[in-house]
Amino acid sequence: MFQRLPDTKDENVCITINGQAHQVRASDTVAAAMLALGVSACRTTPVSGAPRAPYCMMGVCFDCLVTIDGVGNRQGCLTPVHEGMSIATQDGGRTLGK
Amino acid sequence: MFDIAIVGGGLVGSSIAWGLAKIGQRVVVLDEGDIALRASRGNFALIWVQSKGLGMPAYSRWTHRSALSWPRLADELARQTGVDVALSQPGGFHIALGPDEFRRRAIFAANLMAQAEMPPITIEMVERARLREALPEIGPDVAGASFCAADGHCNALRLFRALHQGMQMLGVVYRPNEGVRQIERGNGWVRITTAVGEVHAGKVVLAAGIANARLGPMVGLEVPVAAQRGQIIVTEKTTPFLHYPTSTVRQTDEGGLLLGDSREDGQSLAVDTSISAVLADRAVRMFPKMATLNVVRTWAALRVMTPDGFPIYEQSTSVPEAFVATCHSGVTLAANHALVLPTFIAQGVLPAATFDSFSTRRFRVPAVA
Repeated sequence: MFQRLPDTKDENVCITINGQAHQVRASDTVAAAMLALGVSACRTTPVSGAPRAPYCMMGVCFDCLVTIDGVGNRQGCLTPVHEGMSIATQDGGRTLGK
Repeated sequence: MFDIAIVGGGLVGSSIAWGLAKIGQRVVVLDEGDIALRASRGNFALIWVQSKGLGMPAYSRWTHRSALSWPRLADELARQTGVDVALSQPGGFHIALGPDEFRRRAIFAANLMAQAEMPPITIEMVERARLREALPEIGPDVAGASFCAADGHCNALRLFRALHQGMQMLGVVYRPNEGVRQIERGNGWVRITTAVGEVHAGKVVLAAGIANARLGPMVGLEVPVAAQRGQIIVTEKTTPFLHYPTSTVRQTDEGGLLLGDSREDGQSLAVDTSISAVLADRAVRMFPKMATLNVVRTWAALRVMTPDGFPIYEQSTSVPEAFVATCHSGVTLAANHALVLPTFIAQGVLPAATFDSFSTRRFRVPAVA
């Protein structure tokens, strides 16, 4: 759905999404990286189980919640990627204690 | 001309209005607007029996009766409106942090149950080891808890919505932005002046919370109610782990955690973080895994408190068309307000056996020389 602008000169970093390795740009946020990779849903809601994808990309809608490096309910659009980051899509609410 | 005008459209007023309309009364509810002090939107949503009635067993009986009737109320509202108020009555715990709190709670429970004419409830002191079977996530500071099988909780916002939807489906006329300025007695009826105009009704029920103190004298009732602040914290939704409500921490049907419930002086609705910090600290000592959860909302709301904490139900002697109903437990007592009280208000008499204890006469006991 999304395509990169052709003229950005940026280094790549390696992240994993649900255990699968991907190269993304070092300046990406988690949500931008997921959208660029074609991930269409980053979580399901705790109440109805409906799928959700990043929406506002500026920190207000909380639809881009994902588990990052073991911590649940983090806002993907406000979190820059880093080398070795482990991202997991989230099924429902945040797991207690994680 | 209406049979009955209810002043106040919160949980108390809308419960009574719903019940009155169900038995065929023509009812108008005169409410303030969205900025009203609305305990109905700020409460903790417990249906709670085990802490009520020390000093007034009649209150304990009234509370227990409402808890028993709650399934019927929830069922009728669901069938009528389609709104599920998420009633759950698995019993509830009052958690004690440390042995001193546990001992004090045991003494409180013993004193409460030692009173004459208590309802058929038990309050069981549960030691830590056994408590872990019901609440596996308790932390090392928890000494134990008291348990009462009659306790429960619901989704109070959906209750509020269901009552409003339900009463209007039954023909109740709901008039928001019509705060009441004056009530005058006619000949077997009352004339009520609101911010917008006049309403005539055969009877009037004051269910206006803190404003009952101002409205009562217009119909010959002194209603000594005042605000008591309470604060609540809400966390993000998480795995269902708390399968029983406790008096200060509960998990909603949707997974969020509510932490309460402070008791403070003052009328401000501003959140005082020095108070929320204590609520959060105690909750985390009870359930340490909550420590990593994010807080998504905090608020302060005002309880409607009488000097002794017990409710007031009374018919005015000088204006017998006028009644007052006020309490700080609009959720717990909703079933009584919807299913019991309306019959008596419609008949025009509150039977002494049930309601004498709740009269304001208890505040006017002559001093002994």
